Amino acid sequence: MQHSASRLLGLIPTLLVLITIAFFLIRLAPGGPFDSEKILPPEIKANLDVKYHLDEPLLMQYFRYLGQIITLDFGPSFQYKDWTVNELIARGFPVSMTIGGLAVLLAFLLGTLIGIVAAMKQNTGTDYSLMGVAMLGISIPNFVVAPLLILLVAVYAGWLPAGGWDWSVQRMVLPVLTLALPTTAYIARLTRGSMIEVLHSNYIRTARAKGLPELLVILRHALKPALLPVISFMGPATAGLITGSVVIERIYSIPGLGSYFVQGALNRDYTLVMGVVIFYGVIIILLNFIVDLLYAWMNPRIRYNEVQ
Amino acid sequence: MNSSADIPAEDPFAAAMAEEDVRGRSLWVDAWHRLLKNRAAVISGVIMAVMILLVLVGPLLSPWEGDFTDWDNTSSPPSLETGHWFGTDSVGRDILVRTLEGGRISLLVGLVATLVSLAIGVTYGAIAGYYGGFTDRIMMRMVDIIYALPFMFFVILLMVVFGRHIVLIFVAIGAVNWLDMARIVRGQTLGLKNTEFVEAARACGVDHNAIIRRHIIPNLLGVVMVYVTLTIPQVILVESFLSFLGLGVQEPMSSWGALVNDGAQDMESAPWTLIFPAAFLTVTLYCFNYIGDGMRDALDPKDRL
Amino acid sequence: MSLLEVSDLQVKFDTPEGEVQAVNGLDFSVRRGESLAIVGESGAGKSQAVMAIMGLLAENGSACGKAKFKGQDLMQMSRQELNKIRGCEIAMIFQDPMTSLNPFLTIEKQMAEVITHHQGLRREEARAHAVEMLRAVRIPAPEERVKQYPHEFSGGMRQRVMIAMGLLCEPGLLIADEPTTALDVTVQAQITQLVGELRRKSNMAMILITHDLAVVAEICDRVLVMYAGQLVETGSIEDIFYRPQHPYTQGLLASLPRMDRLSDDELHSIPGNPPNLMNLGGGCHFRERCSKVMDVCKDDPPLQVAQDGRQSRCFIEMTDGEIASTETGDSAELVGSGDCEKESTETVE
Repeated sequence: MQHSASRLLGLIPTLLVLITIAFFLIRLAPGGPFDSEKILPPEIKANLDVKYHLDEPLLMQYFRYLGQIITLDFGPSFQYKDWTVNELIARGFPVSMTIGGLAVLLAFLLGTLIGIVAAMKQNTGTDYSLMGVAMLGISIPNFVVAPLLILLVAVYAGWLPAGGWDWSVQRMVLPVLTLALPTTAYIARLTRGSMIEVLHSNYIRTARAKGLPELLVILRHALKPALLPVISFMGPATAGLITGSVVIERIYSIPGLGSYFVQGALNRDYTLVMGVVIFYGVIIILLNFIVDLLYAWMNPRIRYNEVQ
Repeated sequence: MNSSADIPAEDPFAAAMAEEDVRGRSLWVDAWHRLLKNRAAVISGVIMAVMILLVLVGPLLSPWEGDFTDWDNTSSPPSLETGHWFGTDSVGRDILVRTLEGGRISLLVGLVATLVSLAIGVTYGAIAGYYGGFTDRIMMRMVDIIYALPFMFFVILLMVVFGRHIVLIFVAIGAVNWLDMARIVRGQTLGLKNTEFVEAARACGVDHNAIIRRHIIPNLLGVVMVYVTLTIPQVILVESFLSFLGLGVQEPMSSWGALVNDGAQDMESAPWTLIFPAAFLTVTLYCFNYIGDGMRDALDPKDRL
Repeated sequence: MSLLEVSDLQVKFDTPEGEVQAVNGLDFSVRRGESLAIVGESGAGKSQAVMAIMGLLAENGSACGKAKFKGQDLMQMSRQELNKIRGCEIAMIFQDPMTSLNPFLTIEKQMAEVITHHQGLRREEARAHAVEMLRAVRIPAPEERVKQYPHEFSGGMRQRVMIAMGLLCEPGLLIADEPTTALDVTVQAQITQLVGELRRKSNMAMILITHDLAVVAEICDRVLVMYAGQLVETGSIEDIFYRPQHPYTQGLLASLPRMDRLSDDELHSIPGNPPNLMNLGGGCHFRERCSKVMDVCKDDPPLQVAQDGRQSRCFIEMTDGEIASTETGDSAELVGSGDCEKESTETVE
């Protein structure tokens, strides 16, 4: 417990680096947030600069921003005039989280299942075809899969709507499938590899020598160690899914956080872009942390060392 | 792991025999033979060779220019009669030529950005691994921190902030992709530096830089080559992703990602504008992944079982 | 009647470099309550022979021949049938106790599953039994230890756990594959004594695979010497130690340090290396290293069988015991060629 707490403190430098890079990257940019507006009279622009503290020295602005972030306030959006970044995040994130969460769940369950089957049928036709499909899943980009699925399933067959969002299952199916595909494929390959390695270990030989049925050997003796690499992959995987959702939300016209981010980026809505980057950064950092804890919890040796 | 179950490969006696049999064949020749036995990797290699040739030579042979607009044939489907084998887009540009020209950019980005990440990653990792101790801890802690950041967002941010210049694409993608390389190289270096031949070199008074250059780096070559092959498709993917979002290369330049994006706009009326660039992109990624996989298996046969 | 009767056992491995013939026509038997030692250098095929019998070969291995246990051929059994015997009637202890226990499961789980699976006992009963067994192998505070994970045990303690786990179902046969090789010398002696003692107590048969002849002398009744996948000599402990027939056995014994020899006596060693198992030619496989090599050794040596069961695969005639039969070298060669590959126990496509 104490260990976890100190690890949690160790996340602070990471967060600080995240915020700092995001902040200075934006400020390095030529021009300011109001340059894109129709020509503003200089005095109004000056007023705006004062209002948003853009007239202050950069370092001062940086610390001001830090102070603001600590109160969990990302400031007003430049583009969506009546909205704060916090409100936009509160609006978009539940949608993104739903799609992302379902995709993670699907990818984990399906990916490990495929991986285990392939490992048990190692070097057979089943194995080769499963892994061939998995390789395709890794290779084919999200933004290729999505239009093709829309074309086939929505436009030609007409089974599901092509896009939009109303929290209905029909509208979730395609985005979740598209988002989950590469991760599923990667997890399948990862699981197969680690399962095969575990199946060659001495303790699996012991389990077989005890006369246990093969299914029990797999489920009780091999599954947990074989899943460890998959567990540690889940952190980066989630990050990948979040990034992927930027594209997915755009293609399927889903009003998630990713689409706000892209809009913000294209319109130079700096507060929004920074807000989303920092928000997602925090989520990814926290998820990695949870994955680390989970990994330790699953591995008795690490658990033991922590107690020591 | 598997070796204990597979006694013939592990027994000192059997190992000695095997060594006797393969003596004279170098590690590289051996790996090459194993790679040639991997059907998927060989086929992928051939396809990639053809693809690269097509992309380089194809546009020169085509009657069409990439930015030529054939107003008589806008959004025309693939046909031999019009001379647009892959059809045209909504302003009458030839999809075949555009796909090939886009391929130049995509492959170029893949190669250059990978080299950037290679240079940074290998240098960083080799230094951390070789010096070890405190230096290593600080350097790797930094990698950990950067690793935890949502790097894709930073690339997007970079593109937004600095404008969409192709050199920037190389640098931005390369600069965020070196982390894995640094980790792998560092791990290998740590292992290598305690081997006898490095000890021997050190005992002979060879200085640090020379040891890194002459002993560590050549021995890292295998791992690095595998990793480069696997990084190229990743980088191509990132570039396509950016171009798809409208943040990558700018008109009149094009890349597969940008073409897929264009195609996706018109896919209902002119699906060929989506399908051809998408197919080229996917085939390329698929092949690179198989080649990388095959190389890893060939250089590290113990993973193959 | 023999408890286990192995005949014409062949084990092959497909490796990237070629086919390795690990065991080449091995015959032996173990009676009830008897303790047989299989000795030989690394790579002689000792371990792979028993792995084949237990159906535990690596995927690239294949085996054929007969291994009749209580009259049933283990080699012909399906996985399910074999699983009724493995861990229950035949138990096995492995060489490396550090990696042979599952690091992710408590000792209790790993022991209890043997009982619940084979005898259908409930968990509490199984656990009580496990504790009792740990006490029998002299693990202190077994009630506490049973809840721990393997990494909380030392190497010797883990091997004790492996032994306890093997004996849970009171097997008729225990196969111990170099159980002490990976352990400290002091611990080796303890484990050896423990195994010998437990075996005598329950009148259990045992196959002990080892290259440590001292252990053999201590706890075994009979010895089988293997070389390059074949039996070269077998006989009672006294016969092998005091009247070795085969030059290889003689060499092995001469390379043992002994208290009763003068200290300035040079320690003998067998020159050369074992043959390449990938292309074993005809003739005696030991001839290149043999001190008594003759011209005739180019041909396959005959297996001489004496009345009392002693066997020696050599042209040199056995000096004691009445020879009952002599299997000619030709038939030994035939053994190697049959249609073996087709009937491996666990085929891999």
